[in-house]
Amino acid sequence: MARRDSASRVFVSTLAAWVVGFLIFFPILWMVLTSFKTELEAFSTPPSFLFFHWTTENYATVQERSDYVAHAMNSLIIAGGSTLIALLIAVPAAWSMAFAPTKRTKDVLLWMLSTKMLPPVGVLVPIYLIFRDFGLLDTRSGLILVLCLGNLPIVVWMLFTYFKEIPKDILEAARMDGATVGKELIYVLTPMAVPGIASTLLLNFILAWNEAFWTLNLTTSEAAPLTVFIASYSSPEGLFWAKLSAASTLAIAPILVLGWFSQRQLVRGLTFGAVK
Amino acid sequence: MATQQTQTLGRLLLTPAVALLFVWMIVPLGMTIYFSLLSYNLLNPGMERFVGLENYVYFLTDPAFLASLRNTLVLVGSVLLITVVVGTLVALLLDQAFVGRSIVRLMVIAPFFVMPTVSALVWKNLLMHPVSGMFAWIMTSIGLEPIDWFAQYPLFSIILIVAWQWTPFAALILLTALQSLDEEQREAALMDGAGAFSTFLYITLPHLARPIAVVILIETIFLLTVFAEIYVTTGGGPGLQTTNIAFLIYSQALIQYDVGGASAGGLVAVVIANILAIFLMRIVGRSLEV
Amino acid sequence: MRKAIGALVGASALLAAAPSFAQTTLTIATVNNGDMIRMQGLTSDFTAKNPGINVKWVTLEENVLRQRVTTDIATKGGQFDVLTIGTYEVPIWAKQKWLLPLDDLGAAYDAKDILPKIADAVSVGGTLYAAPFYGESSMMMYRTDLFEKAGLKMPESPSWDFVFDAARKLTDKSAGVYGICLRGKAGWGENMAFLTAMANSYGARWFDEKWQPQFNTPEWKATLTDYVAIMKEAGPPGSSSNGFNENLALFNSGKCAMWIDATVAASFVSNPKESKVADKVGFALAPNKGLGKNANWLWAWNLAIPAGSKKVDAAKKFIAWATSKGYTELVASKDGWANVPPGTRTSLYQNEAYLSAAPFAKLTLASIDSADPNHPTVKPVPYVGVQYAAIPEFQGIGTQVGQQFSAALSGATTVDAALTAAQASTEREMRRAGYLK
Repeated sequence: MARRDSASRVFVSTLAAWVVGFLIFFPILWMVLTSFKTELEAFSTPPSFLFFHWTTENYATVQERSDYVAHAMNSLIIAGGSTLIALLIAVPAAWSMAFAPTKRTKDVLLWMLSTKMLPPVGVLVPIYLIFRDFGLLDTRSGLILVLCLGNLPIVVWMLFTYFKEIPKDILEAARMDGATVGKELIYVLTPMAVPGIASTLLLNFILAWNEAFWTLNLTTSEAAPLTVFIASYSSPEGLFWAKLSAASTLAIAPILVLGWFSQRQLVRGLTFGAVK
Repeated sequence: MATQQTQTLGRLLLTPAVALLFVWMIVPLGMTIYFSLLSYNLLNPGMERFVGLENYVYFLTDPAFLASLRNTLVLVGSVLLITVVVGTLVALLLDQAFVGRSIVRLMVIAPFFVMPTVSALVWKNLLMHPVSGMFAWIMTSIGLEPIDWFAQYPLFSIILIVAWQWTPFAALILLTALQSLDEEQREAALMDGAGAFSTFLYITLPHLARPIAVVILIETIFLLTVFAEIYVTTGGGPGLQTTNIAFLIYSQALIQYDVGGASAGGLVAVVIANILAIFLMRIVGRSLEV
Repeated sequence: MRKAIGALVGASALLAAAPSFAQTTLTIATVNNGDMIRMQGLTSDFTAKNPGINVKWVTLEENVLRQRVTTDIATKGGQFDVLTIGTYEVPIWAKQKWLLPLDDLGAAYDAKDILPKIADAVSVGGTLYAAPFYGESSMMMYRTDLFEKAGLKMPESPSWDFVFDAARKLTDKSAGVYGICLRGKAGWGENMAFLTAMANSYGARWFDEKWQPQFNTPEWKATLTDYVAIMKEAGPPGSSSNGFNENLALFNSGKCAMWIDATVAASFVSNPKESKVADKVGFALAPNKGLGKNANWLWAWNLAIPAGSKKVDAAKKFIAWATSKGYTELVASKDGWANVPPGTRTSLYQNEAYLSAAPFAKLTLASIDSADPNHPTVKPVPYVGVQYAAIPEFQGIGTQVGQQFSAALSGATTVDAALTAAQASTEREMRRAGYLK
């Protein structure tokens, strides 16, 4: 790292970062701990921190009751598919707006965002009717379509911002060397945009993963992702916090992996920039 | 650099996104406008009839409308303020060199991983509950009276939960932007004797202007439609203290199944969102200059 | 990475396009409550007896299920073959001809065995439109140890005055014990279920015979005044956002001396795995005001078949299986008598094995018997339903009124202001819906 980091400064930042990280993370930590408690212990006062009777019975119950793997696969396909397709459409669009802007560019950007302003609940019936007529109810393709279009404006916006950060002279230089636009996109722009694309990918994947309106209302069983899995543990008649915590812990586990992967991309982007 | 050729190419590359979004916008919008002019309850099929603007009049004269408009603005404004300020600070902190970077980053983004209904249920029952919650226990152990969050500060409680969910979003976008900041420039400023604070003010902050504007605009869109958190914690109450526009539309669409009313409400929401977006563009738009 | 995801997308397209035609597959939508989860677990018994029928479950929380199923049936989406719906929906949907009549579930079904009050609630014009899976009313649950210590004795059918008095005496805030826990979270199925039942016992009603809302009557004022007063004095903090589950958690951790709620709670509070006070719980009828009505409601979850279903025979077979006496015996043999779905059949309450396994059985039956969906309160009403009025507009109206009443409870507004606002919003909705001219 290019910085002159004295040991004491690193120590202070480490301490501060861990304290802040812990505070933000605490509700989730608490949820994960709760998933290993009995329902009775989940809300006992004083709260039990680490010295309680650890049990995995909630996970066993969840495992027995629902097909976690099938739901997780659906989530993966729907969130992954919609994010990737959105990226494929958005990268050229964002490139065009960042590097070949016109007078209208700002209006187009704002208009794109405005397509997200109609509250989903207000258009449920129209969309449900369309889905019924096209046989898209309870299909993964239907959900990929809806979530892809729903997130497209966000993807375009985020990519646009990151592309604007890229110094134009680098592109000019590449063009001078006779690079075509396609080569420019692949060899010059993309590597420089990796951190931006990684964080766009991650955030939109999570948005799609947690999207709980369309995924709940347009699926029954075949295409049901993890949001439906969660809805089967949320608020029944009876105590449910430990079981819901277990189900929810299972539901976030896959994105943690993705989070880890894109973290590495972010760090790589950083060192790349620093070495330059 | 914008030659004729790149201009044409630019349009070509933009077309798929624009065309798709146009269809995606116009079809539901058209149907919604049509439904908004009908008396149409899902539970009374076959009774649809044209009623003109009655649904709009009804929605706009609802005594809950003004209260919910106010709550919506307070909710969106407060969450934006909290997430941008906290998000910037967190991003600056995470940009430092420290031990365990990847893990702490993951911990900080984690709230965004949890589904809104689950976060709301966890916060309400395991943390904020005045009898069995964690916060109540902390308050009692230091000899204070526990706070009855959802009765005393209902809207603030919701703001807290929503801000917690969206801070990671702001932090991650700003962190990514910080990493493209030219390190040499900052080093040079520090060398010239500029303090850490003025370096932040004159070098870092201007660099973050665009990403902050984007965070504000994107978050606004999502925050305008917050309702899961409200539904599972307070059900819009006590009174109208936590009813926002999204909850009002939700209750028309999926509690009363009044498709006509919900469509009208949805279109009113579009108008409000557009006004808000134009207003925000005025404030933050300069940093988006293209 | 890119390849892998590309393959996933491709695979998804393939999977989406390949349905199976081998067997009849029933898609059953149900609520995630314990009894339904148990039914889901016993599916193999049904499929073993009915080769050729497959079952797919869609299990969702109550509110999501309700919106999901209603959207589908109203738009004729045809996604479900068997629906789980409440007593509120049955008469409304039957009137729309959305449900198939279930008058031919076979000789073994024994429709006459269904508890008369429950059968009333799911029949229209004498025809059964949904088969009750389990039924419930509300009752009083109390802590026998605390009552004994305070020298109090709970009558079998307590009056509100006794309950308020006991609640004050039993409250010991320093020890974290509250005299009474009641629902307070806004919602037509949350605080309004309880408050409507309580108001019935006070002689109040939602509408008069001409559909005029009645929140400006002294009966409603007395109900809400007493409710707010006792909750302030003897209720736990946070009650304005407490629903069934929050109160269950409080009661099970020993924080409540009394709790009036659904009869199904009885099995939770007396289960030692979930309750710290399992061996110290007594049961009584929901309180009354001496006007001949107790504050108990009536609810049942029922299985029904949407009109237009293409798998009617298989669906009927399933419903007959799940709501039969045989199913009760099946559950009893696997999980014990205390776990059988309660509140639907007369024969269950004549079964000695059940009565001895479930100490709350007799009171459950008495509570169900004393609730009358056709005559919920003292005065005549134009609607059907005890803790609700079975009209499509009720969910919305009930939720708005619930918000006002939760504000009165949290102290954000006064009882009078809450009643005035409730009256105004209900009148507005009823006028819009065309009940009032």
